[in-house]
Order: sequence, then structure tokens, then C-alpha cells
Amino acid sequence: MSNHNKQKKKGSVGFVEGVKRSKSLYLLMLPSIVIFLLFTYYPMYGVLIAFKDFTPAQGIMGSPWAGLKYFKQFFNSYQFTLTIRNTLVISLYTILVTFPLPIAMALMCNQMKALKFKKFFQVSTYLPHFISTVVMCGMIILFLSPSSGIIAKLVGLLGFKLPNLMGSASAFPHIYVWTEAWQHVGWDSILYIATLSAVDPTLYEAATMDGASKWHKMLHIDIPALMPTATIMFILRMGSVMSVGFEKIYLLQNTLNSSTSEIISTYVYKVGLVSNQYSLSSAIGLFNNLINLILLLTVNAISKKLGDTSLI
Amino acid sequence: MSRNKAVKTGTKVKKSREDWIFDIVLYTIAVILALIALYPMYFIVIASFSDPALVSNGEIMFIPKGVNFKAYKELASYSKLWIGYRNTILYVIVGMAVTLIVNIPASYALSRKGLYGKKFFTAFYLIPMFFTGGLIPTYMVVKQFNLLDNFFVMVIPFSVVTYYIIVGRTFFNTSIPDDLWEAAQLDGCGYIGFFFRVVLPLSKAVIAVIALWAAVGQWNSYFNALIYLRSPELQPLQIVLRSILIGNQTISAMTTGAAAVEAKQMADLIKYAVIVVSSAPIMCMYPLVQKYFNQGVMLGSLKG
Repeated sequence: MSNHNKQKKKGSVGFVEGVKRSKSLYLLMLPSIVIFLLFTYYPMYGVLIAFKDFTPAQGIMGSPWAGLKYFKQFFNSYQFTLTIRNTLVISLYTILVTFPLPIAMALMCNQMKALKFKKFFQVSTYLPHFISTVVMCGMIILFLSPSSGIIAKLVGLLGFKLPNLMGSASAFPHIYVWTEAWQHVGWDSILYIATLSAVDPTLYEAATMDGASKWHKMLHIDIPALMPTATIMFILRMGSVMSVGFEKIYLLQNTLNSSTSEIISTYVYKVGLVSNQYSLSSAIGLFNNLINLILLLTVNAISKKLGDTSLI
Repeated sequence: MSRNKAVKTGTKVKKSREDWIFDIVLYTIAVILALIALYPMYFIVIASFSDPALVSNGEIMFIPKGVNFKAYKELASYSKLWIGYRNTILYVIVGMAVTLIVNIPASYALSRKGLYGKKFFTAFYLIPMFFTGGLIPTYMVVKQFNLLDNFFVMVIPFSVVTYYIIVGRTFFNTSIPDDLWEAAQLDGCGYIGFFFRVVLPLSKAVIAVIALWAAVGQWNSYFNALIYLRSPELQPLQIVLRSILIGNQTISAMTTGAAAVEAKQMADLIKYAVIVVSSAPIMCMYPLVQKYFNQGVMLGSLKG
């Protein structure tokens, strides 16, 4: 920060002079600026169709204004509470499981002194991260098949009969969240493992001298060391509560589980690109976007107040 | 390293009963977790070349039986899969190149202290992280530029990634010493010359990280293809996989005769084999490039 200010004072150049000096840097940014303007900023103006009775023939400007008609239509529809509830349930449940587990795994890893085993443990827990969403969903469906799936067979060995979980609305959030954990917990722990490796070794030595057990060292050295990183990660997660991944949910959805699996993003896709109600779909998407923005700013403000870690 | 040594000598002196219990619990949990992570993948591999009837009856659990390569033979002659494979490789190569060309210079420019309007440009790149036009308006813009059902829709419109730019900027800020730039300036080197002659050769790590992220992202993505592509000859691997793995999940509804049962078993076998064929390349690549991936996570965690 101080560097930046100093530069400014020393430089204190006018607009023309500043632009002239930086023009080669602008040239380097040019491709990304053009692409961003065309495909990210330009569509922002398209959110207007959420407030219009849009028809492709009339175009965005030509279509008549509709005011908040489509927002009201969404708020009054049966899908409103359903999709919001499902989005929140799946999202919060995911955070509840997949936020603390990588921290626990990093703490475990940090305590392993058998280096070969540690390496094996890390590689085997990272690997599932590289399975694509489509393959992951294919695996879930294959494994959970009540007639031929491997999970049904393993449960069968213990004398239980596996119900048709893919066809059960109440099982959907559990399937989603725990397969998510299987796939990404190992990978997400890398960040915390890296943070722990930066802890001052003299802390451990001093603690050992004082007769602290491994458990106590973990409790009083490792966990406090992870707190700042964990706070940032938590803010990021909470800020995106309303944007649950579309891909996996869309692939796992079927008519039997849709009462718990229809979330805002899958609904936006169906309303917009499957049944071509462009304006309604945009209104729902915009509404979701705004909630996300508010959430992120709120969580960031709270964490700024509580401590000194904040994102923006 | 020094810490490991210190702790080791420390524990050798007196490993208390408490610490013994701790270690036993720790390694037991770790072994169970590693097995949970590996078993599903192991099962898919052994199931893919076992007798389909045995797999379906649950007789294959830990060792393959009735070894055969029927499923792989069927896949070898399934041209759609190989067209998808070819397309994905093209999207990965071209997409990776575009991502690097677009994001690396931008992140370098943003890292320069002398950039006039730095705050404005930083905001320009950050805003889309928090607000976008949404699905329908973006679709309409892509359509307007005639990119629907076009090879380039997979590699150009969504190639600017704010996260990559931030990671790159952090790297350039922390790893390229200011002295170098001052020395280069004395030699009459401008921003662009410095970028190509000094910065790029020193930045192999961050380039590798972003290239890998882009490649894995392209390999695994199917959302853009689902929305913007129609023609079968443009579909990437993941869309083909979707039709095999998820598209025909209702086949089991019409199992009546013995032939239908066999067909269903064979269909499952093909699914296992297609998972192996489509995931093996990326999984085999991973151990080779693991160190870059780990570096990337650390870079991303530094606050810029």
C-alpha cells in the first residue's frame, strides 16, 4: 500500500501522460479486455429483458416494458419456495460437511510422521478430484442401483436391502453432499496442509519441552494457525450459498427426486432454454445474482467487524 | 524438514501412552479414509474386464473374475466416443493456448506499479466475479456473434478467468524482483520487452499451473457444450459420456426376457469400461504434474 502511494506521489502524472506511459501495458491487456467486454459486460445489458416482455423478433430494445411482472410471477409461483428451499438446504448442508472435513484431514496429515504413508494417503485422497462431473454422476447411478450396484451388494453382505436411493427425494441431498465430500475433501485439504507447513517449528519444540501431547499440540498450535485461512475460505463459501453447482445436480435429477433436487439454476435453465420463457428465466437469474451479491457483502462486513480478516 | 527431525527426536525421548493411542487412532482412520477414496475407482477397473453376469450378481468385489475385454472391444468400434475424444483434445489444446495468451499478459500488466488506472482495471476484472448477465442474455450474445454451434464458442468467449489473473498477478508481484525491472529499464527495455525476455522465462511455474487448470477444466466441462453446441461432430467427450452413462438409465425398466437381462448387464459393463477409458488419461497425468498443482494452490492462497 505504502509503495503504491509513494509511486503515485513521485509520479503524480496527468491523464494524458499516464496513459501514454502505460500504453504498452494496455496493449497486453487488450485481448482480455475485448473478450470480457463482448461476452461478459455486454450481456449485462441483456438483464433488461427481465423487465420486459421479450420476444426475439422485437429485440431487447423493441420489446415492451413489463416492469416487475416476471419477478412477481416467480414470487407467486409454486416453484419459488421450492427452489429456494432446495438451494439453501443443499448448499448449507454441503458447507456443513465439506468445510470442516478438509481442515480435519490437514490436521491428520500434519501429524503423520511416516512420510511414505503420508504421501500415499495424500495421493489417494486427491485422485477422486480429477473425475469429471459426468463420470462422477454415472458412477453414483451405477453404484446405487438397487439391483446390480456394488453398494447394494456390500450392504447385502451385512443383511440389509438397499432401497432405490436415486428415486428417493429424501435421499437426494445426502447423496449429493457425501459424494461431493468423497470427491473433493482431499483436494481441498492441500491449502490447509500448505498453511500448516509454514508454522514455526520452534513452537512445537517448546511445546514438547513443556510435555504437551500430540493431541494438545494439535489443539493449541495447529488449529489457531489455520484460523485466518479458514476464515477466508468460510467467507468465500458463504458468499456463494445461492450458487450451487448446476452440472452435478442437473445430471442426478429425475422426476422422482425433483421435489428436493430442483434448485434455482436448474430451474433457470429449464424455464429459459428448454421452454423459451426468456424474460421469466432472466428475472429468476437476476434475483439469484442479487441475493448472492448481498450475501457476500454481508458476510464480508461481519468478518471485518469480528476480526481483521476480510476478503475485499 | 527441520521440524520433522526436531519432533522425531523429541518423541523418541519419551513417547507417552497418550501419544501412542493418538498415533494408533490417527493411522487407523487414515487407512480407512484411503480405502474409501480408492475402492470405488479400483472396483470400476476390475468390473470393466470381468464377466458382466458376475458383476451384476455381486460376485466381483475385490478380485476380477471371468476376465474378458468384450466391453473394450465394443467401445473400440463406437465411433461417437472417438469423435468426442478427438474434439476434447482439440478443445483442450486450443483452449489452453487461448487461456494463456489472454490471461498471462493481463495479469502481468496488472502487477506493474506504473500501470495508469490500476484501480479501474482491477475493478474491471473483479466485477464479473460478483455480477454477470446470466444465462439467457449471454446465450443471446453468443447467438448474435454467430458462435452457436461453432468450434470457437468452446475456447474464446469464456477464456478470461478472473481467478487466473489474480493468481498470475500475485506471482508476478512476489516472484519478480523490482531490481530486475529497474536494471532492464536502464538497458532501454520497455514493458513488453521485459515481459517477453525476462518475466516469461522466470514464470514457468505459474504458466504451468494455469495451463493445467485450463486443461483439466476443458477436459471435464460439459455445461458450455450442452448449451451452445448442437452438431454431433462438435460434441466433446463429456457429452458423449453423458449419453452413455446417464442418458440410458431407464433401460432397466424393460427387462423381461433373458436377452434383455444380458443386454442390461452388458450395458453396465460398457459403462464401467467407458469410465476407465475416459478418466485414465487425466489420472495418469496427475502424478507427473502433481508438484505444479500443489504450487498453484499455494499461489492462489496468497493474498495479492
